[in-house]
Amino acid sequence: MNVKRFSNHRLVLQTMLFAVLSTGMLSLGAFAQSAGAQMLINGAGATFPYPIYSKWFDEYIKVDPGARFNYQSIGSGGGIRQITERTVDFGASDGPMTDEQLSKAPGQLLHIPTVLGAVVATYNLEGNPALRFTPDLLADIFLGKITKWNDPRLGAVNPGVALPDRPIIVVHRSDGSGTTYIWVDYLSKVSKEWEQKVGRGTSVNWPVGLGGKGNEGVSGQVKNTPGAIGYVELAYAIQNKLPLSSVRNEAGKFVEPSIKSTTAAAAGAAKNMPADFRVSLTNPPGEDAYPIASFTWLLVYKQQPDQVKGQALVKFLWWAIHEGQKYPADLLYAPLPAPVVKQIETTLEQITFQGKRLLAAR
Amino acid sequence: MPEVALPRLDHASRRHRHWGDHVFRLLARCAALSLLGLVVTLVLVMGRAALPSMRAFGWRFLVTSTWDPVAEVFGVLPLIYGTIVSSMLALLLAVPLGLGAAIFLAELAPFWIRPPIAFLIELLAAVPSVVYGLWGIFVLAPFLRDWIQPTLGASLGFLPLFQGPPYGIGMLAAGVILAIMILPFIVAVSREVLLAVPNTQREAALALGATRWEATHVAVLRYGKSGLIGAILLGLGRAIGETMAVTMVIGNRPEISLSLFAPGYTMASMIANEFTEATSDLYLSALIEVGLLLFVVTVVVNALARLLVWSVGGPVQRGRE
Repeated sequence: MNVKRFSNHRLVLQTMLFAVLSTGMLSLGAFAQSAGAQMLINGAGATFPYPIYSKWFDEYIKVDPGARFNYQSIGSGGGIRQITERTVDFGASDGPMTDEQLSKAPGQLLHIPTVLGAVVATYNLEGNPALRFTPDLLADIFLGKITKWNDPRLGAVNPGVALPDRPIIVVHRSDGSGTTYIWVDYLSKVSKEWEQKVGRGTSVNWPVGLGGKGNEGVSGQVKNTPGAIGYVELAYAIQNKLPLSSVRNEAGKFVEPSIKSTTAAAAGAAKNMPADFRVSLTNPPGEDAYPIASFTWLLVYKQQPDQVKGQALVKFLWWAIHEGQKYPADLLYAPLPAPVVKQIETTLEQITFQGKRLLAAR
Repeated sequence: MPEVALPRLDHASRRHRHWGDHVFRLLARCAALSLLGLVVTLVLVMGRAALPSMRAFGWRFLVTSTWDPVAEVFGVLPLIYGTIVSSMLALLLAVPLGLGAAIFLAELAPFWIRPPIAFLIELLAAVPSVVYGLWGIFVLAPFLRDWIQPTLGASLGFLPLFQGPPYGIGMLAAGVILAIMILPFIVAVSREVLLAVPNTQREAALALGATRWEATHVAVLRYGKSGLIGAILLGLGRAIGETMAVTMVIGNRPEISLSLFAPGYTMASMIANEFTEATSDLYLSALIEVGLLLFVVTVVVNALARLLVWSVGGPVQRGRE
């Protein structure tokens, strides 16, 4: 029948057209990709340093237009997992990898500190008084042992401040995070009870408190709940004009959290810095050191699998710890102190490709 | 007349189908089977990943309350409790409201007002979950904390349900937000079910001297009962799986408390909160087991809902009668 043959033709024509179009598009896509193939260096990991890394990638492309970076801020845990499985060229983490995690990696992973961050205790009280805390007070508040703002122990440390008769509402992070790690690492160091009862981790079993998701969740809850206390990143607190509390450091001085006091924390720990930089900076020695600070690290393999990418990566890292250190302060991160930079230089020089050093000899 | 072997003109017989039809049948079959395969693969992969946790904890996983990632002890009883309580609270608030709206739209409203109201209610379903969460933190929680919770605490405070300090954030806030989110689903499906009730039923009731409410109650609601229950179960299924909005207002505290003012935790919120930073294998495996549990619960609830809506087979079928 005529109709049948026509519809047959139609079907055949349609199939052919579809085949031609799809082949055309696929080849076009492949061609486009190969033509625009600049070097793309992939990284993934911590969310905390994402703003400064973004800024660095933008600035570095002016120095070396051939090196494009792509960073996915999926969290420190994700960063560690991806670099272990070699799906990315570098990882990023707010907390140092454990020995167990390092042993699972197919090669030796190096920790490169990039910037410093600090965690501050923020609160919501009428009149926004400037509060001071001692280490044991913070631990006891978060353990649930101090439940009211007008507790005499708090009053003793804050003379002249009228503390109200309100219950203290603790707010912590509900999601796993490097910020939490820094906070509980500090509390574990200053309180034996915390160390035994709760311990260290990116997520812990909090004795008391409500959980907010992200820095924004915690600050949102603190801002909306009179009598609340919570911990957030310094950068976040400054940007959102949250009240910052001073904490007494190891040397006995009450230090206000700031970029300078954070860098001082690293300088204080620089004398005893281990070669692999896997150090906790909380409660360090030093007069002006803010006690609740930490590095954030980039994770790279000592033996790089690709020469071109490896060289670009190492050159970027060198730039980041030198010229790049003038950008963190604007974004409210603390730059690395000079003695630590010197140590990192030695580590960067150890990165090799097939036995050959990737950085030209100085 | 001698028997002549006539050629078979049965167009359904395989050999006489057009080859295009064969291709079409094959493609359609592949599409259906691949979807089924996807679900089966999902369950198998999750099951395999959850195996280490299942072996380590066994039944204790479902009945203990400690969730400690540092000590690697995991128990999800508070999560199950939180999921069930927040969903039930949402149903308690949304079902009367939703059924009432559906009855209004199907029976009582003047015809010109039905499309706009139905449209507006269905718009609620289009609002993203995160937006509900933000509204919850900045509008609902302060409202609950400053007005509703103190009033409830003062008047009904003798009940353990309304005891405790008013945070604003907590199980009550989660229940209210979930109720708003499942409302459009309940209204839409109930309205369809009610509209499908044949007019003869209503006419018969009215002819027997029933009032408007009696006619609606006896003739329409009772007739479409299984369909309505199906709509409610659909809303429940949605409430159980809701993640973002709940995690922003529920307080994220894995504890069982009788009070609605207390913070709680749901299975979906736990996974959303802790999955990215779960570094150890047992921790990851425990979270995947929570996911598997949530999946099983959601499938069971949804399957029940579908069966009920379909079993409306006999009495309530569109267009018949």
